[in-house]
Amino acid sequence: MISIKNVQKIYPSKQGQVKAVDDVNLEISDGEIFGVIGYSGAGKSTLIRMLNGLELPTQGKVVVANNEVSKIKGSQLRKARQEISMIFQHFNLLWSRTVRDNIAFPLEIAGVSKKERLKRVDELIKLVGLEGRENAYPSQLSGGQKQRVGIARALANNPKVLLCDEATSALDPQTTDSILDLLVDINARLGLTIVLITHEMHVIRKICHRVAVMENGKVVEMGPVLDVFKNPQEVITKRFVQQVTEPEETKETTKHLLEKYPDGKVVQLTFVGETTDQPLITDLIRGYEITVNILQGKISHTQNGSYGTLFIHLNGSKEEVEKAIEFINKQQVGVEVIANG
Amino acid sequence: MDNFLETIKWEKLLEATNETIYMTSISVLATFIIGLILGLLLFLTAKGSMWENKAINSVISIIVNVFRSIPFIILIVLLIPFTKFLVGTMLGANAALPSLIIGAAPFYARMVEIALREIDKGVIEASQSMGTSNFQIIYKVLIPESLPALISGITVTAISLVGFTAMAGVIGAGGLGHFAYLEGFQRNNSVITLVATIAILILVFIIQFIGDYFTKKTDKR
Repeated sequence: MISIKNVQKIYPSKQGQVKAVDDVNLEISDGEIFGVIGYSGAGKSTLIRMLNGLELPTQGKVVVANNEVSKIKGSQLRKARQEISMIFQHFNLLWSRTVRDNIAFPLEIAGVSKKERLKRVDELIKLVGLEGRENAYPSQLSGGQKQRVGIARALANNPKVLLCDEATSALDPQTTDSILDLLVDINARLGLTIVLITHEMHVIRKICHRVAVMENGKVVEMGPVLDVFKNPQEVITKRFVQQVTEPEETKETTKHLLEKYPDGKVVQLTFVGETTDQPLITDLIRGYEITVNILQGKISHTQNGSYGTLFIHLNGSKEEVEKAIEFINKQQVGVEVIANG
Repeated sequence: MDNFLETIKWEKLLEATNETIYMTSISVLATFIIGLILGLLLFLTAKGSMWENKAINSVISIIVNVFRSIPFIILIVLLIPFTKFLVGTMLGANAALPSLIIGAAPFYARMVEIALREIDKGVIEASQSMGTSNFQIIYKVLIPESLPALISGITVTAISLVGFTAMAGVIGAGGLGHFAYLEGFQRNNSVITLVATIAILILVFIIQFIGDYFTKKTDKR
Protein backbone atom coordinates (compact mmCIF):
# COMPACT_ATOMS: atom_id res chain seq x y z
CA MET A 1 0.00 0.00 0.00
CA ILE A 2 2.75 2.40 0.96
CA SER A 3 6.35 2.24 -0.11
CA ILE A 4 8.99 4.73 0.93
CA LYS A 5 12.36 4.22 -0.75
CA ASN A 6 15.60 5.97 0.17
CA VAL A 7 13.75 9.11 1.06
CA GLN A 8 15.65 12.20 2.10
CA LYS A 9 14.41 15.67 2.93
CA ILE A 10 16.94 18.43 3.28
CA TYR A 11 16.03 21.96 4.34
CA PRO A 12 18.43 24.76 3.66
CA SER A 13 19.02 26.90 6.73
CA LYS A 14 21.40 29.62 7.81
CA GLN A 15 23.53 27.14 9.71
CA GLY A 16 23.83 24.94 6.63
CA GLN A 17 21.63 22.10 5.51
CA VAL A 18 19.29 20.34 7.90
CA LYS A 19 18.47 16.72 7.18
CA ALA A 20 14.89 16.40 8.42
CA VAL A 21 14.49 12.93 6.98
CA ASP A 22 17.59 10.90 6.29
CA ASP A 23 17.47 7.86 4.04
CA VAL A 24 14.24 6.29 5.25
CA ASN A 25 12.91 3.03 3.83
CA LEU A 26 9.48 1.73 4.81
CA GLU A 27 6.99 -0.74 3.42
CA ILE A 28 3.51 -0.61 4.91
CA SER A 29 1.01 -3.24 3.85
CA ASP A 30 -2.68 -3.04 3.13
CA GLY A 31 -4.90 -2.78 6.23
CA GLU A 32 -2.01 -2.27 8.60
CA ILE A 33 -1.90 0.24 11.45
CA PHE A 34 1.63 1.54 11.35
CA GLY A 35 3.01 3.85 13.99
CA VAL A 36 5.98 6.20 13.82
CA ILE A 37 7.24 7.38 17.18
CA GLY A 38 9.85 9.98 17.92
CA TYR A 39 10.44 13.13 19.91
CA SER A 40 9.67 16.48 18.32
CA GLY A 41 12.20 17.32 15.63
CA ALA A 42 12.84 13.67 14.82
CA GLY A 43 11.44 14.18 11.31
CA LYS A 44 8.25 12.20 11.71
CA SER A 45 6.01 15.15 10.78
CA THR A 46 7.99 15.73 7.60
CA LEU A 47 7.84 12.03 6.82
CA ILE A 48 4.06 11.78 7.12
CA ARG A 49 3.62 14.96 5.05
CA MET A 50 5.53 13.35 2.22
CA LEU A 51 2.89 10.62 2.06
CA ASN A 52 0.29 13.03 0.68
CA GLY A 53 2.62 15.41 -1.08
CA LEU A 54 2.35 18.31 1.37
CA GLU A 55 6.15 17.98 1.43
CA LEU A 56 8.26 16.73 -1.43
CA PRO A 57 11.30 14.57 -0.77
CA THR A 58 14.64 16.00 -1.83
CA GLN A 59 15.58 12.51 -2.91
CA GLY A 60 13.88 9.14 -3.11
CA LYS A 61 10.51 7.76 -4.03
CA VAL A 62 7.17 7.69 -2.20
CA VAL A 63 4.37 5.47 -3.53
CA VAL A 64 0.99 5.44 -1.81
CA ALA A 65 -1.97 3.42 -3.14
CA ASN A 66 -0.29 3.07 -6.54
CA ASN A 67 0.31 6.82 -6.84
CA GLU A 68 3.87 8.01 -6.98
CA VAL A 69 3.16 10.92 -4.65
CA SER A 70 6.72 12.21 -4.82
CA LYS A 71 6.38 12.77 -8.58
CA ILE A 72 2.79 13.61 -9.56
CA LYS A 73 1.56 17.21 -9.64
CA GLY A 74 -1.55 19.31 -10.24
CA SER A 75 -4.86 17.57 -10.79
CA GLN A 76 -3.27 14.13 -10.59
CA LEU A 77 -1.95 14.90 -7.12
CA ARG A 78 -5.29 16.39 -6.04
CA LYS A 79 -7.07 13.26 -7.22
CA ALA A 80 -4.58 11.06 -5.35
CA ARG A 81 -5.09 13.11 -2.19
CA GLN A 82 -8.75 12.11 -2.13
CA GLU A 83 -7.52 8.56 -1.48
CA ILE A 84 -5.01 9.63 1.17
CA SER A 85 -6.77 11.45 3.97
CA MET A 86 -5.23 13.13 6.95
CA ILE A 87 -6.29 14.09 10.45
CA PHE A 88 -4.45 16.65 12.53
CA GLN A 89 -3.34 17.41 16.06
CA HIS A 90 -5.31 20.66 16.10
CA PHE A 91 -8.20 19.24 14.07
CA ASN A 92 -8.03 22.06 11.47
CA LEU A 93 -11.77 22.33 10.98
CA LEU A 94 -13.32 25.29 9.19
CA TRP A 95 -14.89 27.34 11.98
CA SER A 96 -17.24 29.00 9.50
CA ARG A 97 -18.93 25.70 8.71
CA THR A 98 -21.19 23.48 10.80
CA VAL A 99 -20.28 19.87 11.58
CA ARG A 100 -22.35 18.74 8.61
CA ASP A 101 -20.77 21.24 6.22
CA ASN A 102 -17.27 20.45 7.45
CA ILE A 103 -17.79 16.78 6.69
CA ALA A 104 -19.35 17.68 3.34
CA PHE A 105 -16.32 19.79 2.37
CA PRO A 106 -14.20 17.00 0.81
CA LEU A 107 -17.33 15.72 -0.96
CA GLU A 108 -17.86 19.18 -2.49
CA ILE A 109 -14.25 19.11 -3.65
CA ALA A 110 -14.75 15.67 -5.19
CA GLY A 111 -17.81 16.98 -7.04
CA VAL A 112 -20.41 14.80 -5.31
CA SER A 113 -24.02 15.92 -5.88
CA LYS A 114 -25.84 17.64 -3.04
CA LYS A 115 -28.27 14.78 -2.49
CA GLU A 116 -25.46 12.22 -2.31
CA ARG A 117 -23.50 14.51 0.00
CA LEU A 118 -26.31 14.74 2.55
CA LYS A 119 -26.72 10.98 2.55
CA ARG A 120 -23.00 10.31 2.93
CA VAL A 121 -22.63 12.92 5.68
CA ASP A 122 -25.42 11.30 7.69
CA GLU A 123 -23.68 7.91 7.40
CA LEU A 124 -20.39 9.40 8.53
CA ILE A 125 -21.96 11.23 11.47
CA LYS A 126 -23.38 7.91 12.64
CA LEU A 127 -20.04 6.15 12.08
CA VAL A 128 -18.13 8.55 14.33
CA GLY A 129 -20.93 8.89 16.86
CA LEU A 130 -21.87 12.55 16.47
CA GLU A 131 -25.63 12.19 16.07
CA GLY A 132 -27.46 15.30 17.20
CA ARG A 133 -24.47 17.62 16.72
CA GLU A 134 -24.86 18.05 12.95
CA ASN A 135 -25.68 21.73 13.09
CA ALA A 136 -23.18 22.72 15.75
CA TYR A 137 -20.19 24.88 14.89
CA PRO A 138 -16.69 23.64 15.79
CA SER A 139 -16.45 26.26 18.54
CA GLN A 140 -19.34 24.53 20.30
CA LEU A 141 -17.62 21.13 20.34
CA SER A 142 -15.17 19.51 22.76
CA GLY A 143 -11.72 18.40 21.58
CA GLY A 144 -12.78 14.79 21.19
CA GLN A 145 -15.86 15.76 19.20
CA LYS A 146 -13.76 17.99 16.96
CA GLN A 147 -11.42 15.11 16.21
CA ARG A 148 -14.44 12.93 15.42
CA VAL A 149 -15.49 15.53 12.86
CA GLY A 150 -11.91 15.45 11.55
CA ILE A 151 -12.09 11.68 11.19
CA ALA A 152 -15.52 11.77 9.51
CA ARG A 153 -14.23 14.42 7.12
CA ALA A 154 -11.17 12.31 6.36
CA LEU A 155 -13.28 9.23 5.64
CA ALA A 156 -15.81 11.04 3.41
CA ASN A 157 -14.32 10.07 0.07
CA ASN A 158 -13.62 6.44 1.07
CA PRO A 159 -9.85 6.82 1.20
CA LYS A 160 -7.44 3.90 1.13
CA VAL A 161 -5.02 5.44 3.59
CA LEU A 162 -5.56 7.53 6.70
CA LEU A 163 -2.66 9.62 7.97
CA CYS A 164 -2.82 10.71 11.60
CA ASP A 165 -0.57 13.62 12.49
CA GLU A 166 -0.37 13.53 16.30
CA ALA A 167 -4.12 13.11 16.19
CA THR A 168 -4.52 12.54 19.92
CA SER A 169 -1.75 14.72 21.31
CA ALA A 170 -4.10 17.60 22.11
CA LEU A 171 -6.64 15.39 23.87
CA ASP A 172 -6.95 14.20 27.48
CA PRO A 173 -6.16 10.51 28.21
CA GLN A 174 -9.78 9.38 28.28
CA THR A 175 -10.69 11.11 25.02
CA THR A 176 -7.45 9.82 23.49
CA ASP A 177 -8.56 6.26 24.24
CA SER A 178 -12.01 6.77 22.74
CA ILE A 179 -10.50 8.24 19.56
CA LEU A 180 -8.01 5.34 19.36
CA ASP A 181 -10.85 2.85 19.76
CA LEU A 182 -12.63 4.59 16.92
CA LEU A 183 -9.53 4.29 14.72
CA VAL A 184 -9.20 0.56 15.47
CA ASP A 185 -12.90 0.13 14.70
CA ILE A 186 -12.53 1.96 11.37
CA ASN A 187 -9.45 -0.07 10.51
CA ALA A 188 -11.33 -3.31 11.15
CA ARG A 189 -14.56 -2.27 9.49
CA LEU A 190 -13.26 -0.51 6.41
CA GLY A 191 -9.91 -2.23 6.02
CA LEU A 192 -8.23 1.15 5.90
CA THR A 193 -4.45 1.42 6.15
CA ILE A 194 -3.55 3.81 8.96
CA VAL A 195 -0.23 5.57 9.43
CA LEU A 196 0.11 7.57 12.60
CA ILE A 197 2.85 9.61 14.13
CA THR A 198 3.04 10.30 17.82
CA HIS A 199 5.37 10.87 20.73
CA GLU A 200 3.25 8.76 23.06
CA MET A 201 4.12 5.07 23.36
CA HIS A 202 0.66 4.54 24.80
CA VAL A 203 -0.85 5.24 21.37
CA ILE A 204 1.53 2.80 19.67
CA ARG A 205 0.88 0.15 22.30
CA LYS A 206 -2.86 0.48 22.06
CA ILE A 207 -3.51 0.37 18.35
CA CYS A 208 -0.45 -0.21 16.16
CA HIS A 209 0.59 -3.46 14.53
CA ARG A 210 4.08 -2.29 13.69
CA VAL A 211 6.16 0.62 14.85
CA ALA A 212 9.13 2.57 13.56
CA VAL A 213 11.21 4.61 15.96
CA MET A 214 12.69 7.80 14.54
CA GLU A 215 15.63 9.81 15.80
CA ASN A 216 17.44 12.63 13.96
CA GLY A 217 15.61 11.90 10.72
CA LYS A 218 16.51 8.22 10.69
CA VAL A 219 14.44 5.14 11.44
CA VAL A 220 16.56 3.57 14.17
CA GLU A 221 14.35 0.62 15.00
CA MET A 222 11.34 -1.05 13.44
CA GLY A 223 9.23 -4.13 14.00
CA PRO A 224 5.98 -5.59 15.32
CA VAL A 225 4.92 -3.63 18.40
CA LEU A 226 5.16 -6.61 20.74
CA ASP A 227 8.70 -7.46 19.60
CA VAL A 228 9.81 -3.91 20.12
CA PHE A 229 8.26 -3.88 23.58
CA LYS A 230 9.82 -7.21 24.45
CA ASN A 231 13.23 -6.48 23.20
CA PRO A 232 13.97 -2.82 22.57
CA GLN A 233 17.43 -2.37 21.07
CA GLU A 234 18.15 1.34 21.02
CA VAL A 235 18.37 3.63 24.03
CA ILE A 236 15.61 5.84 22.65
CA THR A 237 13.32 2.84 22.12
CA LYS A 238 13.92 1.69 25.67
CA ARG A 239 12.96 5.11 26.89
CA PHE A 240 9.72 5.04 24.91
CA VAL A 241 8.89 1.54 26.12
CA GLN A 242 9.45 2.66 29.68
CA GLN A 243 6.78 5.33 29.16
CA VAL A 244 4.16 2.59 29.35
CA THR A 245 5.78 -0.24 31.27
CA GLU A 246 7.62 1.63 33.93
CA PRO A 247 5.89 4.58 35.43
CA GLU A 248 8.09 7.40 36.67
CA GLU A 249 7.80 6.37 40.28
CA THR A 250 9.24 2.87 39.71
CA LYS A 251 12.82 4.01 40.03
CA GLU A 252 12.12 5.76 43.28
CA THR A 253 10.23 2.78 44.61
CA THR A 254 13.02 0.34 43.80
CA LYS A 255 15.59 2.65 45.32
CA HIS A 256 13.51 2.95 48.42
CA LEU A 257 13.02 -0.81 48.63
CA LEU A 258 16.68 -1.56 48.10
CA GLU A 259 17.38 0.53 51.13
CA LYS A 260 14.67 -1.20 53.06
CA TYR A 261 15.68 -4.74 52.05
CA PRO A 262 19.44 -4.85 51.93
CA ASP A 263 19.37 -8.62 51.43
CA GLY A 264 18.24 -10.60 48.41
CA LYS A 265 17.68 -9.38 44.88
CA VAL A 266 15.33 -7.02 43.09
CA VAL A 267 14.36 -8.59 39.80
CA GLN A 268 12.42 -7.29 36.83
CA LEU A 269 10.33 -9.92 35.08
CA THR A 270 9.07 -9.42 31.54
CA PHE A 271 6.07 -11.38 30.36
CA VAL A 272 5.07 -11.61 26.75
CA GLY A 273 1.95 -13.07 25.21
CA GLU A 274 0.73 -16.24 26.91
CA THR A 275 3.34 -16.24 29.65
CA THR A 276 1.31 -13.47 31.29
CA ASP A 277 -1.20 -16.12 32.31
CA GLN A 278 1.21 -18.37 34.30
CA PRO A 279 1.07 -18.68 38.07
CA LEU A 280 4.78 -17.98 38.24
CA ILE A 281 4.89 -16.46 41.72
CA THR A 282 3.08 -19.43 43.25
CA ASP A 283 5.56 -21.80 41.58
CA LEU A 284 8.43 -19.77 43.00
CA ILE A 285 7.19 -19.79 46.57
CA ARG A 286 6.24 -23.47 46.49
CA GLY A 287 9.38 -24.66 44.78
CA TYR A 288 12.07 -22.67 46.53
CA GLU A 289 12.99 -21.62 50.03
CA ILE A 290 12.61 -17.95 49.38
CA THR A 291 10.27 -15.09 50.13
CA VAL A 292 8.80 -13.15 47.23
CA ASN A 293 7.75 -9.57 47.64
CA ILE A 294 5.86 -7.96 44.76
CA LEU A 295 7.00 -4.36 44.34
CA GLN A 296 5.26 -3.17 41.25
CA GLY A 297 3.68 -4.59 38.15
CA LYS A 298 1.77 -3.76 35.02
CA ILE A 299 0.34 -5.60 32.06
CA SER A 300 -0.21 -3.72 28.80
CA HIS A 301 -2.30 -5.00 25.95
CA THR A 302 -1.03 -4.41 22.43
CA GLN A 303 -2.63 -5.27 19.11
CA ASN A 304 -0.52 -8.44 18.85
CA GLY A 305 -0.68 -9.68 22.43
CA SER A 306 -0.07 -8.74 26.03
CA TYR A 307 3.10 -7.50 27.52
CA GLY A 308 3.80 -7.16 31.19
CA THR A 309 6.50 -6.24 33.65
CA LEU A 310 6.71 -7.18 37.27
CA PHE A 311 9.22 -6.03 39.82
CA ILE A 312 9.77 -8.46 42.64
CA HIS A 313 12.13 -8.76 45.55
CA LEU A 314 13.55 -12.23 46.21
CA ASN A 315 15.03 -13.07 49.58
CA GLY A 316 16.57 -16.25 50.95
CA SER A 317 19.87 -18.05 50.81
CA LYS A 318 22.07 -17.08 47.91
CA GLU A 319 21.82 -20.50 46.25
CA GLU A 320 18.07 -20.68 46.48
CA VAL A 321 17.72 -17.22 44.93
CA GLU A 322 20.07 -18.22 42.09
CA LYS A 323 18.07 -21.38 41.51
CA ALA A 324 14.81 -19.45 41.51
CA ILE A 325 16.13 -17.05 38.88
CA GLU A 326 17.22 -19.96 36.76
CA PHE A 327 13.73 -21.40 37.08
CA ILE A 328 12.18 -18.14 35.90
CA ASN A 329 14.52 -18.12 32.91
CA LYS A 330 13.25 -21.52 31.86
CA GLN A 331 9.67 -20.28 31.85
CA GLN A 332 10.30 -18.01 28.85
CA VAL A 333 9.92 -15.02 31.07
CA GLY A 334 12.50 -12.31 30.66
CA VAL A 335 14.40 -11.71 33.86
CA GLU A 336 16.77 -8.96 34.71
CA VAL A 337 18.44 -8.46 38.07
CA ILE A 338 18.16 -4.78 38.79
CA ALA A 339 20.18 -4.74 41.96
CA ASN A 340 21.84 -7.04 44.36
CA GLY A 341 21.06 -6.62 47.95
CA MET B 1 -38.50 78.95 14.32
CA ASP B 2 -39.99 78.86 10.86
CA ASN B 3 -37.33 81.20 9.75
CA PHE B 4 -34.69 79.01 11.28
CA LEU B 5 -35.93 75.90 9.50
CA GLU B 6 -36.18 77.77 6.23
CA THR B 7 -32.52 78.69 6.32
CA ILE B 8 -31.66 75.00 6.15
CA LYS B 9 -32.87 74.48 2.58
CA TRP B 10 -34.29 70.99 3.08
CA GLU B 11 -34.45 70.14 -0.58
CA LYS B 12 -30.81 70.90 -1.12
CA LEU B 13 -29.89 68.95 2.01
CA LEU B 14 -31.77 65.92 0.78
CA GLU B 15 -30.14 66.14 -2.61
CA ALA B 16 -26.70 66.45 -1.05
CA THR B 17 -27.35 63.48 1.23
CA ASN B 18 -28.40 61.42 -1.76
CA GLU B 19 -25.24 62.38 -3.58
CA THR B 20 -23.10 61.38 -0.60
CA ILE B 21 -24.90 58.04 -0.31
CA TYR B 22 -24.45 57.49 -4.04
CA MET B 23 -20.71 58.27 -3.98
CA THR B 24 -20.16 56.22 -0.85
CA SER B 25 -22.02 53.11 -2.00
CA ILE B 26 -20.47 52.96 -5.47
CA SER B 27 -16.97 53.56 -4.14
CA VAL B 28 -17.43 51.06 -1.26
CA LEU B 29 -18.54 48.41 -3.74
CA ALA B 30 -15.63 49.05 -6.09
CA THR B 31 -13.17 49.31 -3.18
CA PHE B 32 -14.40 45.99 -1.82
CA ILE B 33 -13.85 44.21 -5.13
CA ILE B 34 -10.50 45.82 -6.03
CA GLY B 35 -9.21 45.69 -2.44
CA LEU B 36 -10.18 42.04 -2.10
CA ILE B 37 -8.37 41.12 -5.32
CA LEU B 38 -5.26 43.12 -4.37
CA GLY B 39 -5.33 41.74 -0.82
CA LEU B 40 -5.65 38.19 -2.06
CA LEU B 41 -2.77 38.74 -4.48
CA LEU B 42 -0.64 40.22 -1.69
CA PHE B 43 -1.40 37.22 0.52
CA LEU B 44 -1.06 34.53 -2.13
CA THR B 45 2.19 35.81 -3.63
CA ALA B 46 3.85 36.29 -0.24
CA LYS B 47 6.76 34.10 0.80
CA GLY B 48 5.70 30.55 1.61
CA SER B 49 2.20 31.00 0.21
CA MET B 50 0.46 29.19 -2.63
CA TRP B 51 1.56 31.42 -5.51
CA GLU B 52 4.83 32.65 -4.03
CA ASN B 53 6.17 35.29 -6.42
CA LYS B 54 8.51 37.94 -5.13
CA ALA B 55 8.27 40.23 -8.19
CA ILE B 56 4.46 40.47 -8.25
CA ASN B 57 4.33 40.79 -4.49
CA SER B 58 6.82 43.68 -4.41
CA VAL B 59 5.12 45.55 -7.26
CA ILE B 60 1.65 45.35 -5.66
CA SER B 61 3.09 46.13 -2.27
CA ILE B 62 4.82 49.29 -3.54
CA ILE B 63 1.71 50.51 -5.42
CA VAL B 64 -0.45 49.91 -2.36
CA ASN B 65 1.98 51.70 -0.04
CA VAL B 66 2.37 54.70 -2.34
CA PHE B 67 -1.36 55.29 -2.84
CA ARG B 68 -2.09 54.64 0.81
CA SER B 69 0.44 57.27 1.85
CA ILE B 70 -0.77 60.17 -0.32
CA PRO B 71 -3.17 62.42 1.63
CA PHE B 72 -6.57 62.21 -0.02
CA ILE B 73 -6.94 65.92 -0.70
CA ILE B 74 -3.66 65.83 -2.64
CA LEU B 75 -4.62 62.62 -4.42
CA ILE B 76 -7.73 64.28 -5.85
CA VAL B 77 -5.67 67.08 -7.29
CA LEU B 78 -3.05 64.68 -8.66
CA LEU B 79 -5.76 62.62 -10.32
CA ILE B 80 -7.48 65.56 -12.05
CA PRO B 81 -6.11 64.72 -15.54
CA PHE B 82 -6.98 61.04 -15.06
CA THR B 83 -10.50 61.85 -13.88
CA LYS B 84 -11.05 64.27 -16.76
CA PHE B 85 -9.93 61.60 -19.18
CA LEU B 86 -12.17 58.99 -17.60
CA VAL B 87 -15.33 60.94 -16.70
CA GLY B 88 -14.94 63.99 -18.95
CA THR B 89 -15.49 66.51 -16.16
CA MET B 90 -14.22 67.52 -12.75
CA LEU B 91 -17.67 68.32 -11.38
CA GLY B 92 -20.43 66.13 -9.95
CA ALA B 93 -20.59 62.92 -8.01
CA ASN B 94 -19.23 60.68 -10.76
CA ALA B 95 -16.07 62.74 -11.01
CA ALA B 96 -15.29 61.95 -7.38
CA LEU B 97 -15.43 58.18 -7.86
CA PRO B 98 -11.99 57.49 -9.45
CA SER B 99 -10.08 59.25 -6.70
CA LEU B 100 -12.31 57.80 -3.95
CA ILE B 101 -11.68 54.27 -5.19
CA ILE B 102 -7.97 54.76 -5.83
CA GLY B 103 -7.62 56.32 -2.40
CA ALA B 104 -9.52 53.61 -0.49
CA ALA B 105 -8.79 50.35 -2.34
CA PRO B 106 -5.09 50.11 -1.31
CA PHE B 107 -6.09 50.82 2.29
CA TYR B 108 -8.62 48.00 2.18
CA ALA B 109 -6.18 45.70 0.36
CA ARG B 110 -3.87 45.82 3.40
CA MET B 111 -6.77 45.01 5.69
CA VAL B 112 -7.70 42.05 3.50
CA GLU B 113 -4.11 40.83 3.59
CA ILE B 114 -4.03 41.05 7.39
CA ALA B 115 -7.39 39.25 7.65
CA LEU B 116 -6.13 36.42 5.44
CA ARG B 117 -2.92 36.08 7.43
CA GLU B 118 -5.00 35.50 10.55
CA ILE B 119 -6.37 32.27 9.07
CA ASP B 120 -4.86 29.19 10.69
CA LYS B 121 -2.23 27.74 8.33
CA GLY B 122 -3.33 24.28 9.43
CA VAL B 123 -6.79 24.83 7.95
CA ILE B 124 -5.27 25.68 4.57
CA GLU B 125 -3.00 22.65 4.83
CA ALA B 126 -5.96 20.43 5.74
CA SER B 127 -7.86 21.70 2.70
CA GLN B 128 -4.87 20.98 0.48
CA SER B 129 -4.64 17.49 1.95
CA MET B 130 -8.20 16.90 0.74
CA GLY B 131 -7.25 17.68 -2.84
CA THR B 132 -8.56 21.25 -2.97
CA SER B 133 -7.41 23.38 -5.92
CA ASN B 134 -6.04 26.86 -5.32
CA PHE B 135 -9.21 28.56 -6.58
CA GLN B 136 -11.35 26.35 -4.37
CA ILE B 137 -9.16 27.32 -1.44
CA ILE B 138 -9.79 30.99 -2.23
CA TYR B 139 -13.57 30.86 -2.36
CA LYS B 140 -14.26 27.92 -0.05
CA VAL B 141 -11.65 28.55 2.64
CA LEU B 142 -9.88 31.92 2.55
CA ILE B 143 -12.91 34.16 2.04
CA PRO B 144 -15.42 32.36 4.32
CA GLU B 145 -12.83 31.92 7.08
CA SER B 146 -11.86 35.60 7.07
CA LEU B 147 -15.34 36.99 6.44
CA PRO B 148 -15.88 38.73 9.80
CA ALA B 149 -12.55 40.55 9.42
CA LEU B 150 -13.32 41.37 5.78
CA ILE B 151 -16.67 42.89 6.83
CA SER B 152 -15.31 44.89 9.75
CA GLY B 153 -12.52 46.08 7.43
CA ILE B 154 -14.93 47.29 4.77
CA THR B 155 -16.98 49.01 7.51
CA VAL B 156 -13.97 51.03 8.62
CA THR B 157 -13.12 51.76 4.98
CA ALA B 158 -16.70 52.85 4.22
CA ILE B 159 -16.60 55.30 7.12
CA SER B 160 -13.34 56.80 5.84
CA LEU B 161 -14.95 56.99 2.42
CA VAL B 162 -17.78 59.12 3.83
CA GLY B 163 -15.07 61.47 5.05
CA PHE B 164 -13.34 61.37 1.66
CA THR B 165 -16.60 62.27 -0.14
CA ALA B 166 -16.87 65.36 2.04
CA MET B 167 -13.36 66.38 0.99
CA ALA B 168 -14.14 65.65 -2.63
CA GLY B 169 -17.21 67.83 -2.23
CA VAL B 170 -15.12 70.84 -1.42
CA ILE B 171 -13.55 70.77 -4.88
CA GLY B 172 -16.87 70.40 -6.63
CA ALA B 173 -18.01 66.81 -6.39
CA GLY B 174 -21.32 67.54 -4.69
CA GLY B 175 -22.66 65.81 -1.62
CA LEU B 176 -22.86 66.89 2.00
CA GLY B 177 -19.30 68.18 2.11
CA HIS B 178 -19.97 70.42 -0.85
CA PHE B 179 -23.26 71.56 0.72
CA ALA B 180 -21.61 72.37 4.05
CA TYR B 181 -18.74 74.21 2.39
CA LEU B 182 -20.73 76.19 -0.16
CA GLU B 183 -23.99 76.90 1.67
CA GLY B 184 -22.63 76.82 5.19
CA PHE B 185 -19.06 78.07 5.29
CA GLN B 186 -18.92 80.39 2.31
CA ARG B 187 -22.32 82.01 3.03
CA ASN B 188 -21.51 82.14 6.69
CA ASN B 189 -24.53 80.04 7.64
CA SER B 190 -23.32 77.91 10.52
CA VAL B 191 -26.72 76.26 10.95
CA ILE B 192 -26.30 74.57 7.58
CA THR B 193 -22.78 73.44 8.44
CA LEU B 194 -24.14 71.93 11.64
CA VAL B 195 -27.05 70.19 9.93
CA ALA B 196 -24.74 68.77 7.24
CA THR B 197 -22.43 67.48 9.95
CA ILE B 198 -25.33 65.80 11.74
CA ALA B 199 -26.41 64.19 8.45
CA ILE B 200 -22.88 62.78 7.95
CA LEU B 201 -22.80 61.51 11.54
CA ILE B 202 -26.11 59.71 11.08
CA LEU B 203 -24.75 58.12 7.91
CA VAL B 204 -21.61 56.95 9.72
CA PHE B 205 -23.63 55.49 12.58
CA ILE B 206 -25.85 53.57 10.18
CA ILE B 207 -22.81 52.14 8.37
CA GLN B 208 -21.19 51.15 11.66
CA PHE B 209 -24.40 49.51 12.86
CA ILE B 210 -24.84 47.48 9.67
CA GLY B 211 -21.16 46.48 9.66
CA ASP B 212 -21.22 45.39 13.31
CA TYR B 213 -24.38 43.38 12.74
CA PHE B 214 -22.93 41.38 9.87
CA THR B 215 -19.52 40.97 11.52
CA LYS B 216 -21.21 39.43 14.53
CA LYS B 217 -23.56 37.33 12.47
CA THR B 218 -20.82 35.74 10.38
CA ASP B 219 -18.44 35.10 13.27
CA LYS B 220 -18.97 31.54 14.51
CA ARG B 221 -15.65 31.26 16.35
